[in-house]
Amino acid sequence: MFPDQASAFSSKVDSIFLASFIASAVILLGITAVIVYFVARYSRANNPEPEDIQGNLVLEVVWTLIPTVLFLVMFYFGWTRFQEMRTPPDDSMVVKVVGRQWAWSFQYPDGRWSDELYVALNRPVKLELQSKDVLHGFAIAAFRVKSDVIPGRSTYVWFSPSLLGTFDIQCTVICGVSHSYMLSKVNVLREDDFRVWYFRDGNAPKSSSRKKMSAAGSRAFGLLSDRQCLVCHTLDGTPRVGPSFLGLFGSEQTVVSKGKKTKMLADEAYLRRSIQDPKAEIVDGFPPSMPLIPLTESELDSVVAYLKSLAQPRARQR
Amino acid sequence: MNMNYLEPQGRGAVRDWIFSTDHKRIGLLYLAVMTAMFWVAVLLGVLMRIEQLTMGPTIMTPATYNAMFTVHGVVMIFMFVVPGLPAVFGNFLLPIMIGAKDVSFPRINLLSWYFFIIGGALAVASLFLGAGAPDTGWTFYVPFSLRTGTNVSLAVFAAFLLGFSSILTGINFITTVHRMRAPGMSWHRMPLFVWALYSTAWIQVIATPVIGITLLLVILERSFGIGVFDPAKGGDPVLYQHLFWIYSHPAVYVMIVPAMGAISEIIPTFARRTIFGYKAIAYSSIAIAALGSLVWAHHMFTSGMGELANTVFSLLTFLVAVPSAIKVFNWTATLYKGSTKLEPPMLYALTFILLFSIGGLTGVMQGALALNVHLHDTYFIVGHFHYVMFGGTGFAFFAALLYWFPKMFGRTYDRRWAFAAWPPLFIGFNILYGSMLLLGLQGMPRRYFDHLPQYHVLHVAATAGSWIMVTGLAMLFTTLLRGLLKGSKAPADPWGGLTLEWTVSSPPPLENFEAIPTVDRAPYAYNPGRTS
Repeated sequence: MFPDQASAFSSKVDSIFLASFIASAVILLGITAVIVYFVARYSRANNPEPEDIQGNLVLEVVWTLIPTVLFLVMFYFGWTRFQEMRTPPDDSMVVKVVGRQWAWSFQYPDGRWSDELYVALNRPVKLELQSKDVLHGFAIAAFRVKSDVIPGRSTYVWFSPSLLGTFDIQCTVICGVSHSYMLSKVNVLREDDFRVWYFRDGNAPKSSSRKKMSAAGSRAFGLLSDRQCLVCHTLDGTPRVGPSFLGLFGSEQTVVSKGKKTKMLADEAYLRRSIQDPKAEIVDGFPPSMPLIPLTESELDSVVAYLKSLAQPRARQR
Repeated sequence: MNMNYLEPQGRGAVRDWIFSTDHKRIGLLYLAVMTAMFWVAVLLGVLMRIEQLTMGPTIMTPATYNAMFTVHGVVMIFMFVVPGLPAVFGNFLLPIMIGAKDVSFPRINLLSWYFFIIGGALAVASLFLGAGAPDTGWTFYVPFSLRTGTNVSLAVFAAFLLGFSSILTGINFITTVHRMRAPGMSWHRMPLFVWALYSTAWIQVIATPVIGITLLLVILERSFGIGVFDPAKGGDPVLYQHLFWIYSHPAVYVMIVPAMGAISEIIPTFARRTIFGYKAIAYSSIAIAALGSLVWAHHMFTSGMGELANTVFSLLTFLVAVPSAIKVFNWTATLYKGSTKLEPPMLYALTFILLFSIGGLTGVMQGALALNVHLHDTYFIVGHFHYVMFGGTGFAFFAALLYWFPKMFGRTYDRRWAFAAWPPLFIGFNILYGSMLLLGLQGMPRRYFDHLPQYHVLHVAATAGSWIMVTGLAMLFTTLLRGLLKGSKAPADPWGGLTLEWTVSSPPPLENFEAIPTVDRAPYAYNPGRTS
């Protein structure tokens, strides 16, 4: 019934659900049973002469007080456990989370960025949430945490992971066409493994792929940046909402066109078609979510030339 | 013999209807438009369920899917569930039930229908005009609703007009109840449906202007960039959420309180005894209307609005559930020592109690702050509000339609088919929305075009449930349509009801009463000799 219980909050939240579920089920079954019994016992055949019972003050008071008390108990547990969820310990590791249409990025205290979240078992983590564009919702169901991510202000969640493994991060506030693909993962590692990841296995800084740009290249880069292309297409080989631009030109791709899969070379003609009619041929495994971004002929030429410069080394030699 | 209101009035078939200020004809005008819009939205719902049948794209693109859940929500909320019982049954029955010839302002009543159809037409037009169908969800949350290139402004303006329709109907009902009651029709002799409509009307008049102004601000912000809500211009997106829910939460009670009123009419009639706790039910309607205005921010527990606000709104949310519980207990007690006949309206009314209780209890769970965090914005919410709005208001609407159909049209429907439609409707409903509750518990976010593998089995179950449910719906509406066209003539009082609408012929005469009646007893005094 419940998803993985992977944080210290999980079982506390689930026990509130379970208790209120059992109470609700008892009330529901009780009412249903009484209704069915009354309808049968006092059917027109069994009880042809009904009575006009106007009411009963004692009963009214009783069935006002019982739900009130029950609800106040539920309020109390919901409230106190919520206080815990809003009070991160002082020794939490603070990670900055940036949401944008349609991807999550995580920045660690040493300044490095990651597309997935890595945390250590039983070590409290506070995530400071920011949005670059519209509202998003940051949720890790396995941890039972969630918060809206609001442009212009910072919100937070905290948790202490209690289970090793990889769990889903999902966006929960409608944010546009690829809302349901705004996903990431949280990887809960043993303390030692986390240290290895954190101190040694760093990704190369992203800027390395755009060193020393020509004037034409910098015009194209400006276009890709302005038109929000780089939100979905990275320049460092990491696939996001769409395939990365690094090494795309000259590679062989499986594309889906009108429901059929074909293999083809991502040549210049393909790049032009994909920009001018983005929904026609979709690289397999990616959502057909790219909007049409109008470019003039000369802008198109410069973007395509730039994408060719990001080709795989083998293709560039050819 | 007076002519009945359905007979031609000499201006030609079309003009007789669209220029009629007769509250009964206006009720039917609403019914016709709402039934059509209901089926449009049902169809969108079925298509969305088919999309979820497989992982990845099934029959549509993500943009189409986002437009579908937006339009499904806008049409169902603003054009079916909110106007729902007040516009159809309120208009038709309120004047008759209190012994009046019409509402206080018959022309304003017709005007509100025109606002309604123009708003509805614009909502549909927003699908086809402009840069694309709105894709924000029915809540139009900023700043996405400010940035998206789709036709949000027109859809928002449509909702604005529909709001006006609601305000005008509310004003009419309040004035009518205060000024037009027949001699002897004291407040405590009013049928409970009238009490419910009266409470609802106050919410409509007080809360709806807030959404009107808010939606206008969204349009101004989209057109002129005034910067009230857009954080890039110094605006506050959370302010929008407050303003939106200050209306839209009370609107939930606009949707459910009249439904409770209809149930309070149907149960005594078929139990053939007076209602248990008349005053408790009447005043709990008022209590819901009052408390219901103070719980709006429980839609925003994860919005980072501050811990004190979270605490206060959580507490008030639990308290607003109490009057609803009181009603459920009183309805149940009304069956005690009754003489119950399980006719179709009664079956659907009792089903309402069960489904509404499930909706209410799943709502109470979300009032618990720590649990709300996990459930917020998941399918649990979607399942919950379909139990309340469809299992509750929808089933009450069906029960009311089955109950008052002979009165409204002067014809009967086939009872056996009305019974036969119930099992697929009930079973399909619970498979569909029960699966959604479980999906939400497992963390499936709402408004998702695609789903992760761990959610797949329950999505398939929900889709199968939707097919079963729609089969039942189609059977029910076909039955009523056949009754409308070919049903035998209905007597004035087919169920043995005691409220005033059953004292006039079916269909009612043109001006309801030849002479205004004098009322000398409580509404459900079935057994004046046998009371305790």
